[in-house]
Formats: sequence, structure tokens, C-alpha cells
Amino acid sequence: MAYYTEKQIKELELLAVKIRKYIIEMLYRAASGHPGGSLSAVDAIVALYFAHMRHNPKNPDDPDRDRFILSKGHAAPALYAVLAELGYFPIEELYHLREINHMLQGHPVSLYTPGVEASTGSLGHGLSFGNGVALAGKLDGKSYHVYVMLGDGELDEGQVWEAAAAAAHYRLDNMTAMVDRNYLQIDGNTEEVMRLESLREKWQAFGWYVIEVDGHDIAEILKALDEADHKENMPSIIILNTVKGKGVSFMENNVDFHGVPPNEMERNLALEELDMLQKKLEASM
Amino acid sequence: MTEKLMGNPRNAYGEKLVELGARYPNLVVLDADLSKSTKTILFAKKYPNRFFEMGVAEANMMSTAAGLASCGKIAFVSTFAVFATGRAYDQIRMDLAYSQVNVKIFATHGGISVGKDGASHQMIEDLALMRVLPNMTVLAPSDATQTEKIVELMAEHKGPMYARVGRADVPVIYDRSYVETLEIGRGMIVEDGDDATIIACGTMVDAALDAHKILLKEGISTRVIDMHTIKPLDEKLILRSSRKTNAIVTIEEHSIIGGLGAAVAEVLAENSASIRFKRMGIEDKFCESGDPKDLLEKYGLTAKHVVRQVKKLLKN
Repeated sequence: MAYYTEKQIKELELLAVKIRKYIIEMLYRAASGHPGGSLSAVDAIVALYFAHMRHNPKNPDDPDRDRFILSKGHAAPALYAVLAELGYFPIEELYHLREINHMLQGHPVSLYTPGVEASTGSLGHGLSFGNGVALAGKLDGKSYHVYVMLGDGELDEGQVWEAAAAAAHYRLDNMTAMVDRNYLQIDGNTEEVMRLESLREKWQAFGWYVIEVDGHDIAEILKALDEADHKENMPSIIILNTVKGKGVSFMENNVDFHGVPPNEMERNLALEELDMLQKKLEASM
Repeated sequence: MTEKLMGNPRNAYGEKLVELGARYPNLVVLDADLSKSTKTILFAKKYPNRFFEMGVAEANMMSTAAGLASCGKIAFVSTFAVFATGRAYDQIRMDLAYSQVNVKIFATHGGISVGKDGASHQMIEDLALMRVLPNMTVLAPSDATQTEKIVELMAEHKGPMYARVGRADVPVIYDRSYVETLEIGRGMIVEDGDDATIIACGTMVDAALDAHKILLKEGISTRVIDMHTIKPLDEKLILRSSRKTNAIVTIEEHSIIGGLGAAVAEVLAENSASIRFKRMGIEDKFCESGDPKDLLEKYGLTAKHVVRQVKKLLKN
């Protein structure tokens, strides 16, 4: 089991704040996009890329790399910001999100963006794609691991459950799925739109090893990832209990910020809040 | 007419896959509970590790194939044409075409000659659905020999491709040496003539060749083109034929909307070709259960219908 010092965790938390600031600025400049689900997914993506996965920004196509697939493609800003911060492409690109003649599309495209593994945006595909990558890994005797992040609203898609069955059938223990369980989708609360509970029991019934954590507690997330990596003979899923819009008070649990970007005033307020959070964290280090 | 030598494109596919399995260690095959019908079972028996049974879940199968291809695999995916393209369209669009991965869809049971299962299983829209997708190559081989060659080329070429064959045995048109020079995107002139051109694909090439013989006896000479590649389409050959002959008839076991005939019409119209032209195929309707021969007769897809159509066009 990997061990992280308190300082390392604090550094990751600081990075998560930095990523959230990028996201706010990107969405403000793009004047479109999805803040809520990007902000809720940040901590897990930061934990994966900065502390857990084996990957190399200088060699994005390394056949031995661990893979992260963002099945909930509308959280692209979170992934883009992390990839840019790691050096997969210049930070400057972030501020041309969704702009014509620029690389960063509204939803991730594997062909255009270094570090993006799968083209997503139409929900429900990512776990199936990840299964393919995991099957290839088994076939080739590779030790890489595949991580797929799903939205909770995305679980309405039937294909997710086709993939859930297949991953368990093929005993893909090199697969870890994660659900960004923020309880909100475009039309409202997930349980009102299309009931998902009991989520844990559903995945268990499909043959998955289920771990549930606070999706904003990076130390917890890292522990869960380790546990999932070591589970043999079956795929694992981490239910990340999250808050939609996490980190910006007026976006938290506010479904209106699913697909609406901040205006200038909201952007300023959000950045102020995040700056304060950053200072607090730095002071505690 | 003398008895024709028959062959089955599905068997040709299954056997060729086994052969390619030895040549390409990175070739994998996926099927959705139809491996006995699509003949991928032959590959499954020979290379069980590289065969993935995906159950009756075509959407998942298509995206999984894309994931495998993203790791350097040549992924062949098989099921019936109706499920491959209809059920998994969004997956093909996002994960194959948009992402330009090396997945080869080989669909069987295309067209109405599927027969008794009825319109639910008679796929007459697949060529149209696949043709509108950017980056997608669309193929419809006409006999078992050509199918073998086309499967070989599919494995060699990079990028997403769709090929469809029917269910039934079909007459053998070509010997191996004839298809050896086949190129994707180049139509084959199987018979030549000056009066009219018949452009056919898949199961309809044989009917076109029969029509050619009948017409010849009546003093009408036709050029018959086997247009095995619907996309990219051999525009030059179509335009040359429009100048050489006085009429063009297309025939396909597919809707007249969106498939081979529509593609040829687009080329003719955009090049201001002034020529008599007719699309033959299923005329914007669902068909029904029945014996394949009776269905082709009822819905106008036999040599006799082609003969009638060519004569009608030339008379006008």
C-alpha cells in the first residue's frame, strides 16, 4: 500500500484548488460549458494524475501507461486543466476552450488532445471503451490499470450496465470505475429523475467490488484507489460521494450550474472564494 | 440456365479470419451471440483468447472494440447488419468514426434475402447509415471470392470500415486471380458494353450479370460494374460510364434512399451528367417474411426486372 504524508495530501489539495480556479476561468472565457460536474470530479482526477497513475506527459502514447477515461465527457474542463498543469499541452490552450481553430473541444476527443484516451460526450460509452483497453492489457500481459469516471446521471444509460456485466464476466481486475455521485443531473435530483439507489447493491449484484468514499477527501480517494488496484479477480468501483459545484459556495448543490458558465461577477466571486481557500491551505502547511 | 456454382460469403469471412489470425497476432474478434451465424465461431475455436463473446449487447461490443483498437488491436466486430448499424449507431459514430480507430465491422444478414425472419431482420438502411459517417469506408462484396479479398484488405487498411454481406449462398462470380487486383475505392468492370451501364453491389451483382446476358441476346450491350466500395465511391468510373453509355441503372439490396443508387445519383447530378438514370432497390418501404427468391421477385430485384428497366430507359 502506498503511503502519503500529510504534506503530500495538502499539496494535492492545493493542486485541486488550482484546478478549480482554471475551470472557473476557462468556463467564463468560453462562455459555455459545465461547471457543476467539472468541480465535483476534480479531487478524484487530481488524486489519480498527480499521485496514483503511472503516466508520462512527455510520452502520452506509452503502451504501458495507466489509462484514465472520462466517460462523463462534459467534465472535460477538469481533465483538460489537469493535463495542461502536468504539461501534456500548454496552459494557454485552456483559455481557448470551445473556440474555433483551437484544440480543446467542448467534449474530449482522443485524436486532437494529447493525454485524452477516448472521445466522449455522448454518455454511456466510456466503461465499454475502458473494458476494451483492460481486455487488451490482459491479452498482452501488461500491468497497466484502467480508470473510468462515470457521472451518476450517466448511469441511466443502458450501455453502462451492459459494460458492467461484461467487466465482471471477464474478471477485469485491472479496471476501476468511479462514479461521481453528486445526486444532480440536468432535470433535477437523480432519485427524482430516474431512481438510481441502491447503487452499491446494484454494482455488487453485477459482480463488482464496491468501495464508497467522500469524493472530496483526497487521502480517502487514494486509499480506495489502492484497495481497488489490489482487488483480484473482479472489477472495482469507487462511489465518490461528491457535491456538485464543489468549492464555490453558490454553485454547490445548485443544478442551475450544470451546464451554465459563470458570468463576470460570478467568476470574480468564485475566484475570490477559491483564493481564500488556497490561502487557508497554504497557512496550514 | 446451367446450374451455378454457389458459395457463401459468411463462410468465406469466417475462414479468412482464421487465416488472418495467424498472419496478424494483434487481430481480435468480437461477436454478440451470433458467432454461429456470422461464422466468427471458426476464429473463436482456433484462437479462443483473441475472441470475445459479448452477449446480446451490441452497443457495448462496439465501444469495447474501439478500446481494444486504441491499444493497437485490429478489431473485427460481427453481428447482423440490422443490429450492427441500427443498435450501435451512436457507438460507431463516437468511438469508431470520430476517433478513427482500427475497428472493422463485418455485418452479415444484410438486405431482404434474409427471408423468413421478416422486416425486423432485413437491413435495408445500413449502407446509408454508414455512408454519412465521416472517416467510414463502406463495402458490400458480391460473392465468396471477393469477400475473402475484401476481408484481407480490411485487415491491411487502417481506420474504421463497414462491410456487409447477405445470409444466403450466392453464385460464385470470380476466381481468385480476378479479385487479386481489387482495390478499395475502385469499381470493377465485370462485363463491358456500349448501350447502358448497370452499377450493382453485393448480392445484386449476379442479377446484373444475368441481365447483361439476357440483354445481349436482344441486341443490347451493357457494361456491368461491381461497385463493392460504396464509400469512397469510384466517381471517375461512374462519369466515364455516363459518357460511354446512354443510360445508368443502379441496383442494390438496400433502400433506394441513401445507398449505392443515391451515391451514384449525387455524382451524376453534381457533374451535370445528362443521362437517363434509374435507382433500383427497395422503394422506401419495409418488406415482409417470405422465401428469399419470392421476396426478390415481389420487390423487383431480379435480372428480369433489370432487363425491363434498362429497356425502358433506352426507349425513352
